[in-house]
Amino acid sequence: MRRRAGVGAIQKHRLEQEKYKEKGTEIQENQFQQMSKQLEVFRENLEDFASKHKSEIKKNAQFRRQFQEMCAAIGVDPLASGKGFWSVLGIGDFYYELGVQIVEVCLATNYKNGGLITLEELRSRLIASRGRAKKHQDITNEDLLAAVKKLRIFGNGFTVVPISKGKWLVQSVPGELNMDQTLVLQKASGLGTAWVSVSVLTSDLGWTEIRAENALNHMVREGLAWVDSQEPKETLYWFPSMFAECVSA
Amino acid sequence: MDRFEYIEARLFDGENYLKRDKNVKIYDGDDKTQFIDGEVLLTTHRLLWGKPGDIPKGLVCLSLHLYYVFCLEEESGGVFGLGGPKRIIMHLGPALPGKRPGPAVVSPFHYVKLSFKDGVDTAFYKALSDAVAAKAWERQTPIDTPRTATSPTTASRPTVTAVNSKIRSGIVGIERSIEEQHRATDQSISVAFQDLTKLMEKAKEMVSLSKNISTKIREKQGDISEDDTVRFKSYLMSLGIDDPVTRDAFRSDSEYYLGLAQQVSDMMVAVLLECGGIMSLADVWCRVNRARGLELVSPEDLLNACKLLRTVDAPMSLRKFPSGACVLQLNSNRDEEIAKSTSDMIQENGYLTPEKLSQIANVSVLLARERLFTTERLGLACRDESIEGLAFYPNRFLLEA
Repeated sequence: MRRRAGVGAIQKHRLEQEKYKEKGTEIQENQFQQMSKQLEVFRENLEDFASKHKSEIKKNAQFRRQFQEMCAAIGVDPLASGKGFWSVLGIGDFYYELGVQIVEVCLATNYKNGGLITLEELRSRLIASRGRAKKHQDITNEDLLAAVKKLRIFGNGFTVVPISKGKWLVQSVPGELNMDQTLVLQKASGLGTAWVSVSVLTSDLGWTEIRAENALNHMVREGLAWVDSQEPKETLYWFPSMFAECVSA
Repeated sequence: MDRFEYIEARLFDGENYLKRDKNVKIYDGDDKTQFIDGEVLLTTHRLLWGKPGDIPKGLVCLSLHLYYVFCLEEESGGVFGLGGPKRIIMHLGPALPGKRPGPAVVSPFHYVKLSFKDGVDTAFYKALSDAVAAKAWERQTPIDTPRTATSPTTASRPTVTAVNSKIRSGIVGIERSIEEQHRATDQSISVAFQDLTKLMEKAKEMVSLSKNISTKIREKQGDISEDDTVRFKSYLMSLGIDDPVTRDAFRSDSEYYLGLAQQVSDMMVAVLLECGGIMSLADVWCRVNRARGLELVSPEDLLNACKLLRTVDAPMSLRKFPSGACVLQLNSNRDEEIAKSTSDMIQENGYLTPEKLSQIANVSVLLARERLFTTERLGLACRDESIEGLAFYPNRFLLEA
């Protein structure tokens, strides 16, 4: 190669550097795509094996553990029994598996919904996380309700409330562990007004209306909040425990 | 330059004419060659170069098989890149054995350039890159070489996959070896997942491969999935237990429940400590089953096991709230300890309402009130019920007596 000098050489050098950099990102991008493809292959295969070879996998303790590790790494749900003939009679793992997955969806989302989720949303999330196979799409609301029924034995910490015809709300956090009221109080004292309303909670905390109403009604029932319906726009909820602070402030 | 071969300008069977251009110079890498001011002809399989008029006459010319080309670039001619691209750079793979003789036996370069006097015709460049991408030569049986007296038959044309040259250098080499690695991985995944026995044999390898892939993907995009539930699922499953207690391993139900209680206690201690010492039983059931994998326990079995937690001296116990909700709570949350810590907090603050305690202790209002009631019941607090609500004060009867 001949020696180059001058502006041309600098220009050329710069261009070369850019080309190398481009090539580098291209190779990386390529590799990432390959990896994503392999992840997909893994996912498909694991889902397939989980539903076809469940009992064989269960028998071999060492392999069972390894299978679980693979599922954990790739994000595949090993619980993929179909609704067989026996599950109608309540025998078999189908409804238990569904139960585990239901609680899981609630746990995974309760940081943003406070433990309240509609059965519809629950169902679509559950199906999405269960896998791509077609049979998972066939899970109905009735299946979910049947699965939740099995959790009744834990008391009413996990309940399904009908809200209108064909619509249900799943409440996964028992009142004793529900932090929503604490958040409402924090909001009220933060505002320094000693009152809040549904619209304040929905706009400031990003809650759904149903969550806000639920929390406020609960507080009224518990005697923590007083209802003020004089405001023309919407009902206000006052907290007597904050009156003194507001007056002195 | 060593990838070029001398051959008569004739199309093979199945080969089609695509495009031609004039006034083309060939560079071997960065070096000039004797091949200037020629004509190029692009086919679905090859690039031909000949002196003006040679190609139409079918005379001997230079030929480059497109399967050598794996990457194309345009290069600007002017100092500041003015006037559009003047040259096409073709990056080439290693020369195949059994190639016809060409103008050079060896070349230090892994690329050649075509320099166009009048600038690169975009249509030509596009046709060339399309032909390279289309890989027409892979789709059909090897082309019969035209048999003539001047060109003795060579060995049948080797295919690209047969390339296994040990010499790997430069970016090309790196790319090829990455590609090969991916191919090998794909291969081993598909072999392992042929059937269950194969997967069991290769389980160890596949476990580390799956972890490897997921770590790489996490590095790149933060997590394996955007779905909250999938992420949470994968987290729960990663806390697996090695040998879940099963009913078959015990002679009686009560022994089974004791074993289960021990296991639940072992795995839940850390979790409970992390989340404030208390957890609803439905959550516990979900976590326990996720850790167990395919060996599910029924809600009934878990409840029975939890009732025996005291028997196995576990640091936690089952508790039923007045509302009916069942929870698992650490023993440090037992009444006496709760009353003690709550009364300390009351003294610190002068008085406490359930709302205030809920914020200080970061528990729900209901639980805070219940804690205050407990404290009152054990005589460590006195209530003051007014229009402003319920407040608790230190029990001075006890403290100052």
